[in-house]
This record gives sequence, C-alpha cells and structure tokens, in this order.
Amino acid sequence: MSNPPSPLPEDENPHVASWALPVAKLKTEDVPRGAVNLNVDGRRLAGPLKGFGQLWQKTYSVSLSGVKLTPADIVNAWKKNFGSFWPKYNRFYGSIIGIAPGEVALLNLAGPGGMLGPGGAPLVSTGVLVIYADDVSFSFMTPEGHMFAGMITFSAHADEADPVAQIQVLIRANDPIYELGCRLGVVHKTEDAHWHATLSNLAAHFGAPNAAVKQKNALVDPRMQWSEARNIWHNAALRTALYMPVTLVKKVFGR
Amino acid sequence: MTPAKATLTVRSINNYASVVDIRGDITAAAESALSDAYTQATSAGARIIILNFSGLEYMNSSGIGLLVTLLVRANRQKQRLLACGLSDHYQQIFELTRLNEAISIYNSEAEALAAAG
Repeated sequence: MSNPPSPLPEDENPHVASWALPVAKLKTEDVPRGAVNLNVDGRRLAGPLKGFGQLWQKTYSVSLSGVKLTPADIVNAWKKNFGSFWPKYNRFYGSIIGIAPGEVALLNLAGPGGMLGPGGAPLVSTGVLVIYADDVSFSFMTPEGHMFAGMITFSAHADEADPVAQIQVLIRANDPIYELGCRLGVVHKTEDAHWHATLSNLAAHFGAPNAAVKQKNALVDPRMQWSEARNIWHNAALRTALYMPVTLVKKVFGR
Repeated sequence: MTPAKATLTVRSINNYASVVDIRGDITAAAESALSDAYTQATSAGARIIILNFSGLEYMNSSGIGLLVTLLVRANRQKQRLLACGLSDHYQQIFELTRLNEAISIYNSEAEALAAAG
C-alpha cells in the first residue's frame, strides 16, 4: 500500500473553497417574504458540542433503484431544489446564491404532525448556516435556539448498482425544554418524519416514488451537558410563540 | 463504501501520552482507521492523545463529525485530545465548528507535549 501524497499548499488545494469561513455571529442579507428572521441574526453557531441533551447520530437513506445518475448529479439537483423536497408544512428560505458555503437560510417550521399556528404561522422560526459543500455532499450547522445543536450532512454515493441519497445528523437537543420533548418522543419523531418525507420526495423527483427510507440511530453520548442548560434563553420555539401576534399582524397587513 | 485514503500511525511518547500521525483524507471512510488508532493509542494507558494533522490533505464535514464522536469518547474515558500541525485553513474550520473550544490546538507536537505537562 502506498502512502498518501504530501498535502498541497493551501492556495493550490481545491477543497479550501468547500468550507465556509468562521463566523462570530450569523447575519442574513435579505429576508424573503414569508420568512421570519427572529432567531438567526446575531446568533452564534451551536454545533454538536454545544447543546444540552444526549448526542445522537441518525442516518436516513434511500436507495434510488433504477436511477441512472451519478452521486454528483443527484447532489447538484438536491442543492438546486432543496426546499422543494421538504414537506409542505415546513419552509426553507435559502439565499439567492443557494446552497453554498457561508450562506444562511431561514426556516419556518411546523410542530408535530405538521401543526401550524393561527393563520398558518410557523411554530418555530430558526435557520442554518451552510458550512460545507462539494460535488457529492453539503452540510449545515444550526444556531443557538434551534431545536438541535448539531450538524446535518446531505450526500449521495454509489452503492452497488443504485445510487443512494443520505442525510446524517449529529445532534443534541439544544436546551432542557427541547430535551424533554426528545425524551417524550415528540421532537425526535417530528425530526424523523421531516427527513423521511424529504427523502421520499427526493426519490419521487428522480423517478423512484416507492423507494423505502431506512433509518439507523446511534446514541453517541447518553449524558446531558448541564453547563449548557442556559441555552434555554435562546429557545426559538418560545421566542417564536411570543412573537406570533406580530407575525399575524404582518400577515394580515401583507408586510 | 469509498476506500479510506488515510494512513494513521500511532506513536507512544511516554506512559501518559501518545501521538496519532494523520496522513491523507479524514472523511467518513476513515471512521474505522481513526477509531482503531485511538484504541491503539489508549490501550497502553495513555491519558493524552495528540492528533498530529501535519500530513492532513483533506477533511470534509463528515471528518469533523468523526472528530466530535472521538472527542466524546475521550471525554467519557477522562482522556484529553490535543491537536497539532493544523494548517491555517483547518484551524479556521475548527473555529467555525467550535471544535477549538474543546480540543486545544498547538503549532507543533513539542508544544502540545509541553502543554500536556
């Protein structure tokens, strides 16, 4: 077996551009109509080390049987149509640039079972930062206040005859309230339903409407990080609920 | 599964510290190699593991995920992970992902060993 080659100088390394630059606090440039920028601007990234609850790694995958596309073709289409694969009750507001390193997206999320607030208002408004993107994968990291502190990686690879699309999350509940929701099964169930629906929609887009989504869970760290309990201050669900009257007024007056 | 393009070599420095020399790519394909290297590094009782990234060619977000899970494993066993030899680019990625708040970064192996005391 030969040794790997020596590292390239950074100005010659094509992978450098795949990563976002560090950010002290998130900043959105434009807020699309309908999005709520309540829990993103000014928030720090959380990441899987900064949350409160148990650390889970969950892998959702779907084999795209009969689809004759390369992993790069699949990821390219996934990036371009990312929000359209989500279930209708959750909304993804990406930047004009799309899925690219350093871009911030706003999210309007429903509750369990697709439940929305009065007038269709989201129950949680939050966001993500695209931290990494290459030809066959891209990753998000969540900010303070999001249900989960963690990373989400979307990828495609070739597995024997068929390509496979995969979502892998490495996440902790961000604060004690979300962790209680996880322990009661509500938050994880909602998360699982979201990504199952996303992969089913993706498979249908590529002509494999009956493809079954598989899921594997691994409990990486069963402990809670009590030093992070104060994350509750940024809880996006609570803040969205408090802001809901303003959301409704804006909706009524079309602003 | 894509074959691993990483070579990990473990060196025992003394009774309490080992160095893992990383060459090549840290991606999802390196999971078992990284886990095996960590097991080898700690099997002789080392409490301090220095990850030497001076031969790192490429690391993607799945590689960062592997480091997070390795860090959790080390913390549970009351071991310390240190890093050295990271290029400016990968130091920025540690900062972006806040790994630098949990894994101390040093310019060289000697500095890491000195800090480990």
